[in-house]
Amino acid sequence: MANKKWPENWQDVTPGCIVSEPGSASQYHTGDWRAQKPIWDNTKCIKCGVCYIFCPEGCIIEKEDGFFEADLDYCKGCGICAHECWPLAIKMVEEG
Amino acid sequence: MGKRKGMEIALAAAEAAALCRPDVIAAYPITPNTHIPEHLSDIVAEGRLDAEFICVESEHSALSACMGASGAGARVFTATSSQGLLYMAEIMAIASSMRLPVVMALGNRALSGPLNIWNDHSDIMSQRDTGWISLFASHGQEVIDMMIQAFRIAEDRDVMLPVNVNLDGFQLTHVVEVMNFPLQEEVDAFLPVYKPYASLHPDHPCSMGTLGLPEIFSEATRAREAAIVNSRKTILKVWDEWEKRFGRRYEPIESYKMEGAEFAVLTMGSMGETAEVAIDALREKGVPVGLLKLKLWRPFPYEDLKKAVKGVKSLIVMDRAVSFGGPGGPVASEIRSALYDEPSRPDLTNYIFGLGGRDVTVEDFIAMIDKVRLADKKRPKEHYEFYGVRGE
Amino acid sequence: MIEIRWHGRGGQGAVTSVELLALAAIEEGKYAQGFPSFGPERRGAPVAAFNRVDSERIRIRSGIYHPDVVVVLDESLIGLVNVTEGLKPNGKLIVNTSKTAADVKKILNYSGAIATVDATGIAWKELGVPITNTTMLGALVKVTGVVGLDALNGPVEHRFGRIASKNMAALKRAFEEVKIN
Repeated sequence: MANKKWPENWQDVTPGCIVSEPGSASQYHTGDWRAQKPIWDNTKCIKCGVCYIFCPEGCIIEKEDGFFEADLDYCKGCGICAHECWPLAIKMVEEG
Repeated sequence: MGKRKGMEIALAAAEAAALCRPDVIAAYPITPNTHIPEHLSDIVAEGRLDAEFICVESEHSALSACMGASGAGARVFTATSSQGLLYMAEIMAIASSMRLPVVMALGNRALSGPLNIWNDHSDIMSQRDTGWISLFASHGQEVIDMMIQAFRIAEDRDVMLPVNVNLDGFQLTHVVEVMNFPLQEEVDAFLPVYKPYASLHPDHPCSMGTLGLPEIFSEATRAREAAIVNSRKTILKVWDEWEKRFGRRYEPIESYKMEGAEFAVLTMGSMGETAEVAIDALREKGVPVGLLKLKLWRPFPYEDLKKAVKGVKSLIVMDRAVSFGGPGGPVASEIRSALYDEPSRPDLTNYIFGLGGRDVTVEDFIAMIDKVRLADKKRPKEHYEFYGVRGE
Repeated sequence: MIEIRWHGRGGQGAVTSVELLALAAIEEGKYAQGFPSFGPERRGAPVAAFNRVDSERIRIRSGIYHPDVVVVLDESLIGLVNVTEGLKPNGKLIVNTSKTAADVKKILNYSGAIATVDATGIAWKELGVPITNTTMLGALVKVTGVVGLDALNGPVEHRFGRIASKNMAALKRAFEEVKIN
């Protein structure tokens, strides 16, 4: 929340609290919350895309070579991708 | 100019809304308001109005659909009464907080318990704090005029708030009478095409209805209050323009025979018309009594009220609703509170009557006024009094 | 101002009668109100409907308790409903009946002005159905002159379309045949 700037006065609140900047949620890097991160073993990955579908943050991206990785700006380390990956290609590894 | 025509007032309300060229109408029928959405669906089906009529399955969906459509930039209209209004209640406050110019016709009907389809004001009174502009019509002409004015007021950039137009269920909705209908050209000249402040269009996307943390909620609410208080300026401006264009004058509180009045009666809605006849009869007998007909309920007309009661010794406020366990009928409580700080203010008697369709007659008004003016002690002991209730 | 109360049964078109009368008066440049006894639909149950007609704007919006005229659309209501309740002393009663005026007065214990017409008979003949709402309008107009007969043409035409002429025929017959006592 460090970057959030609230309007100084009530007069500065937009009518109806409308947010005119589209996709502004992307400014909030929830990756800061992470305690573990997912690591893909591409020797086991079969490029099925299940991790991509199940990620609740929508931060898993398909790279050009067809394998997958998490965008660490947003990945909160919930571990759902690793849980759903049935070839067991994803391992959750401690941060730091 | 307009067209003089006889019509059932509910149908006239629909015709008036249609003249405003709404883009989306989402409504659910409920007695006594049913003829309004029903007739609008006929108008759309006949091709007289190019609009999307959404037959929703509930009033909650009706207002939700209107809100969504309004957010997308459409001019929207809905109508309901009583329990239907309560079903929409969740969204009432949201529509005003999102500053969406939804217009709603409310056929005032009693809130259930026991189930009652007849007229009183308890439905709108339960929603008075939701931040909607509220207008009260006393007869067919006012219904038509206010319906059209509502769109203009709601969509004004200085307002951007939802508006409800209140018309008494059955007492107004189901009566055939003569009205003057503005012509389409006249309405088009008065009501320009809606240009939303913001809309959910892919070309210029925005977010509406977002989360508001404690850090922002107070400021956002304060801004909302400022918006509805300031809307008064626009409402008066619109009413001035209406008078210039159509020759009919509207004021937040209309005075009738108030010259030299010691006693004043305050009404809202169609009972004001019947009250006029009572005032005439009493004035014939030399009783110094006048009538105040309140047309603008929200934003509350503080200035007009203070001016209207200057010199009045005794104000009799008529309520057609109860605030259970509260300090009187809703209207009387607010008037009492509005006048509290005035150095001189009239005695205030509050009658609660006409509940659930109980008829309100000329004789009733005369009896209530006589009771007050012939009382031994002028300042009433009770905060409020029920009139016409058996056993009371 | 003239106040009229209509008695009928739900579904017999009393509400249509008051609407047509109100619209006719309005077409003549008068002011009028037409409204039903407020409530849910009740086919077959006794209902009332009301009119006010005046040359000045009508402001009273309460119910009508002392009508100047009472119209009874359905004979079976006599004896069942107190149709003359509140009728002004110099008021007029207009009844759809095949009985004589004297008989009706006896049943109702009524001694005021009365007009009778066999509207059911006329309706059967002209419309093919025993719906007397338009027929009785003719009787009402003859007895009270509240609106001109021609003023009803427009509203009836608009309301009934292809069967408007039959309704006008029934209306005009009642206008001719109503017996004023």
